[in-house]
Amino acid sequence: MLSRVASAIYWMNRYVERAENVARFVHVNLHLELDLPILEGAVGSQWQPLIWTTGDEKEFEKRYAEKGGVTRENVIHFLTFDTENPNSIASCVKSARENARSIREVISSEMWFTLNRFYLMVRDPLAKSTAANDPHTFYTDVKTACALFIGETMSTMSHGEGWHFGRIGRLLERADKTSRILDVKYYILLPRVEYVGMPLDTIQWVALLKSASAFEMYRKRFSIITPKQVSAFLLLDREFPRAALHCINDAEESLRSITGSTENTYSNPAEQLLGRLLADLNYAQIDEIIKVGLHEYIDNLQSRINQTDDAIYRTFFEVRPATSQSQSQG
Amino acid sequence: MDFTNYKTDGFYDELLEESGHARAGAAHVVKRISEMPFDELLQRQRAAEAALLQMGITFAVYGDKSGTEKIFPFDIIPRIIEAKDWAYLEKGLKQRIHALNLFITDVYNDGKILKDKVIPADLIKTAKTYRPQLEGFTPPRGIWAHVTGTDLVRDSDGQFYVLEDNMRCPSGVSYVLENRHVLKRTFPLAFAAGHVRPVDEYPNRLLETLQYLAPDTLASPRVVTLTPGVYNSAYFEHSFLSQQMGIPLVEGPDLVVKDGYVMMRTTKGYERADVIYRRVDDDFLDPKVFREDSLLGVPGIMEVYKAGRVALANAPGGGIADDKAVYAYVPKIIKYYLGEEAILPNVPTFVCDEEKDCKHVIENIEKMVVKAANESGGYGMLVGPHSSKEQCDEFRLKVAQNPRNYIAQPMVALSRAPVIVDDHFEGRHVDLRPYVLYGKDIYVLPGGLTRVALKKGSVVVNSSQGGGSKDTWVLGGPSSNGKPTDVDAGKH
Repeated sequence: MLSRVASAIYWMNRYVERAENVARFVHVNLHLELDLPILEGAVGSQWQPLIWTTGDEKEFEKRYAEKGGVTRENVIHFLTFDTENPNSIASCVKSARENARSIREVISSEMWFTLNRFYLMVRDPLAKSTAANDPHTFYTDVKTACALFIGETMSTMSHGEGWHFGRIGRLLERADKTSRILDVKYYILLPRVEYVGMPLDTIQWVALLKSASAFEMYRKRFSIITPKQVSAFLLLDREFPRAALHCINDAEESLRSITGSTENTYSNPAEQLLGRLLADLNYAQIDEIIKVGLHEYIDNLQSRINQTDDAIYRTFFEVRPATSQSQSQG
Repeated sequence: MDFTNYKTDGFYDELLEESGHARAGAAHVVKRISEMPFDELLQRQRAAEAALLQMGITFAVYGDKSGTEKIFPFDIIPRIIEAKDWAYLEKGLKQRIHALNLFITDVYNDGKILKDKVIPADLIKTAKTYRPQLEGFTPPRGIWAHVTGTDLVRDSDGQFYVLEDNMRCPSGVSYVLENRHVLKRTFPLAFAAGHVRPVDEYPNRLLETLQYLAPDTLASPRVVTLTPGVYNSAYFEHSFLSQQMGIPLVEGPDLVVKDGYVMMRTTKGYERADVIYRRVDDDFLDPKVFREDSLLGVPGIMEVYKAGRVALANAPGGGIADDKAVYAYVPKIIKYYLGEEAILPNVPTFVCDEEKDCKHVIENIEKMVVKAANESGGYGMLVGPHSSKEQCDEFRLKVAQNPRNYIAQPMVALSRAPVIVDDHFEGRHVDLRPYVLYGKDIYVLPGGLTRVALKKGSVVVNSSQGGGSKDTWVLGGPSSNGKPTDVDAGKH
């Protein structure tokens, strides 16, 4: 497969996943806002963490400081329609579609069609007023469009090399985003380590779980909401599809499908990094993690995901010297 | 919505006779459309446009930063070509393309036609599309123009004429396929009853044509499409054809010359490309040989090509036959190589490079269409009867200063076809671009792109100048069994 094509599939999936996560963050916050009319602190305090979650706080401050800073409208605009913010929903969908456009002959027509309609929907001038007047409909539509794209990808594209690159992109993005939700919310809800385990406002924790679409599945697993178990669920659950461990496990499996490496072996730096990360998560335990510091642990997780991304780039997307193997194929 | 008040205004109309009656082959469609209420017709037109937009069948608008993409305007009323007319066109196109390929080989090799003074040697050597780098070279299988999109027009008496040959990278065939796809949904019943010849086999034929260029020793040659990238106005087509053929679509930076071959950069290292369907112009193909500043091409690809280790379609250098001054000689070229009269006539053409012609053009410019010899897309031309005195004077000066660069033709009264305008039909001028493949033999796709000048009275059909398109229905008939009618066409 062409390196450029593999890279485009990878990024197309990352961007769709990113758009979905941003939509879910905003959507959950809109609900939370209704439940918590008088939260302690400033009006904007409910929206500030959202900017932290996406990691774009510098960019936001630079451009919105003079327009009123952290307000509901500013944050929603920044995360949804701001085309200068490369991680807004509009930008993500545009980038995903641009990548798709450059590989239309590789992906299925259904995938392209879904993504193109998604793009036209977000780009439609009416979208802004729908988002303002009926945000529930708008953000649900965005999530549905993402789910549709993932579904079409699952069921209309051959599960070969390209599909696996796409899956890796989606899962690394998802693991990163889930860990960020946990990091930011945990940080807000539990500013100091000694508070861990104390009873807290359940609504906030429910919101956190909902931000990762994890509330219902969590309930089935643990029923009682405690910060420790929420952390364990989002990081280390094997079955929940947005948990970091689940994502890394499946990404590692896809990577090995591409290279043909057997389990517990590696043939390039990307596999080595990802395999090692998977092993760490496999044998991690939540009490240990909290003892060391949840924030530190998540920080480390994210930087290792970034290193993996970088190694994938260097291993597969950048030019590689001709090997004797590829010449003999001629 | 009926044709009661429809006027042909003295032009040849593709669907209706002057009396207002439908032409024989169009009777069925005209009847069905006439019976359809206006609202329904309009709804079908809108549905067709929405389908094209949602499928992303768009072209990029140059110079528009917001990334605007437009659909190529599409009118749902089909243009119809009867079987006997098509048989004639098919025969004429095969003859013309056969002769032009022989001509290009001759020009780059023995130059017999120049020595025999059938065409002035100067005219060839001064053409912008002449590539001295290819002198002494004959491409694989002796074919230069594997894909041709000849532009045809019809005059007021219904006679077809060749307007341009387009032997480089003619585009538009994806619209032929997609227009058909959409129109089958728009008028399913009329379509089924019309005995319309299918166009779907084009991608398969194109792939066979390309595979034919690889050396016989390769069991499974790798064929790829080379595109300038997503910002090219024809990108959709490059992507669409690659998808339909199931071959990789590559950009210049995906390819590299290595160990004497053209290689693709893949996730598993380098892999060889054997046949390249290139949609990048000669100029940009190889910065080592043509334009140095090109970032779209592949440095060193021409050396590999000339060593016979990669095939390129269409062959570089073939554009010489697109020069509009060379065009004027095509009837003589056919006679010279095949000993036959041209089946399809040219539009009479004055070559300004010849003194007598030049004088005539300058004196009669307001009655003529003047074209730059090496422009396409409707750029660099003057439609005398539709232009101001200042515009005519400007072209008089241009022609006088650089006669080699201009040709002129009398104004052809282009045929028209009805299009939907607000709540009624009006006639608009059309042309026809059939697509011809030259591989083992010469194949003419039974269909083609009907381009329509949507501006009232305009005769410029190019999409860059406000043109749109129609689906072209070639009707089946006794001579349309799909077999080549000219047995000798593929032989040399």
